[in-house]
Amino acid sequence: MSLVGHQPPPIFRRGPAPLVRLLIFVSLCLAMLVADLRFRYLEVLRQGMSVATYPLQMAAATPADFVRNASVYFATLIQVQIENADLRRKQLDAAEQLLRFDQLERENAQLRGLLEMSQRIGVRSVAADVLYDAPDPFARKVILDRGAQQGIEPGLAVVDAQGVLGQVTRVYPIQSEVTLLTDRNQAIPVKVVRNGLRGVLFGVGQGRLELRFVLASADVQPGDQLVTSGLDGVFLPGLPVAVVGTVDREADAFARIACTPLAGVERSTQVLVIGREVLPPPPPPQEPEAPIVRPRGRR
Amino acid sequence: MQPTNRSRRILLPVRLWFIHFSLLVALGLSYIPTGRFPGVPDWVALVLAFWCIREPLRIGMGAGFFFGLLVDIGQGAAMGQHALAYVVLAYLASGLARRLMWFPSMQQALHVLPMLLVAQVLMVIVRMIAGAEFPGWWYFLSSFTSVLLWVPLTYLLLLPQYQPVERDDNRPI
Repeated sequence: MSLVGHQPPPIFRRGPAPLVRLLIFVSLCLAMLVADLRFRYLEVLRQGMSVATYPLQMAAATPADFVRNASVYFATLIQVQIENADLRRKQLDAAEQLLRFDQLERENAQLRGLLEMSQRIGVRSVAADVLYDAPDPFARKVILDRGAQQGIEPGLAVVDAQGVLGQVTRVYPIQSEVTLLTDRNQAIPVKVVRNGLRGVLFGVGQGRLELRFVLASADVQPGDQLVTSGLDGVFLPGLPVAVVGTVDREADAFARIACTPLAGVERSTQVLVIGREVLPPPPPPQEPEAPIVRPRGRR
Repeated sequence: MQPTNRSRRILLPVRLWFIHFSLLVALGLSYIPTGRFPGVPDWVALVLAFWCIREPLRIGMGAGFFFGLLVDIGQGAAMGQHALAYVVLAYLASGLARRLMWFPSMQQALHVLPMLLVAQVLMVIVRMIAGAEFPGWWYFLSSFTSVLLWVPLTYLLLLPQYQPVERDDNRPI
């Protein structure tokens, strides 16, 4: 302690006390956590710093690439032949559907023209491989091998052959991060195919989904198929998402509806990133309070 | 018997660049994508704890904060999550540094285990407050595998300090 103007000699000077330093750093960290998790202010900082760490990340990904490729090298000829035959059969099936789809698309365009309805939204898609699970154990995310350079943007839907898998939440130059449907913070607006009833599907963790905010008296049965409603303006309408598993109407005013995803949410390795041709403008900010109009006049 | 400082050899002074180099290597190891495989050691936490105990005057909470942020970015975690954990870890390790140096490295490992667990529990608390799901009890296995590596790591990281500048068999050290 320095009494009347006595400074400690520089050899003993060690800055603030450890506890003070701890408090400073902890409050800094907490501020960053709030800014990132609540307000998403730090994406710019994250992108900037990720450029610096990028070479290290690339170097670290090499062993994972090696393991991934090694499994391909050691696949036997018979396995490949079986897989090949399977794919041929699937391709034939798909070709037949595709021919009909072409014709239906044309017919649809004509009918829409006749009815003077707006044309359907254009679709663009990018095929991508799932590189690996994101290392963050608190979230259900995967990393794709396509990024901003291939035209991927945050918010696009990610599907596999069976249905919706998740949504792109963060884009790096040549990689992107997809939040899976089963993540706790992921929600997707859906409707029931059978009767068009709308709802929002939430991830609840452990690979399960839940359809929330549907009244207990609503017409939802086990086995109903759920597709995207497209009302959010982000997902394309009509993509298959999940099947209703169990419906519990006793619990609350709302039914408790557990669903299972159709896509191989935590297994798929080849996916398609699809979105609308033009992303809609961001939703308007929350309605401000109606301005109070004061009558002008003399007091 | 009174305990004595067990470092039997007189070591060369550590070079600052080697500390930072070892932390960078640990950072690279932590970037290896291992997916959901449980029990992957937290390399940065381990190396950071080691240097905070060995060289509390050179490495401390500042390094913990900086490398924590880099881990957050690489792993796509919340910004500040690892930084918070590593700052607290560095505080605990530097605080116990004087005491720990009197123990052989096996017993040092036993001291390090609770520090690593505290860091992990902090991360779980922070993320669960933010609404993430509980990652399961296997998540904490990482601290135990890390601690198993303490003894080999001590040897490895002190290796550059074992070598005398010039070899002289007649000299007592």
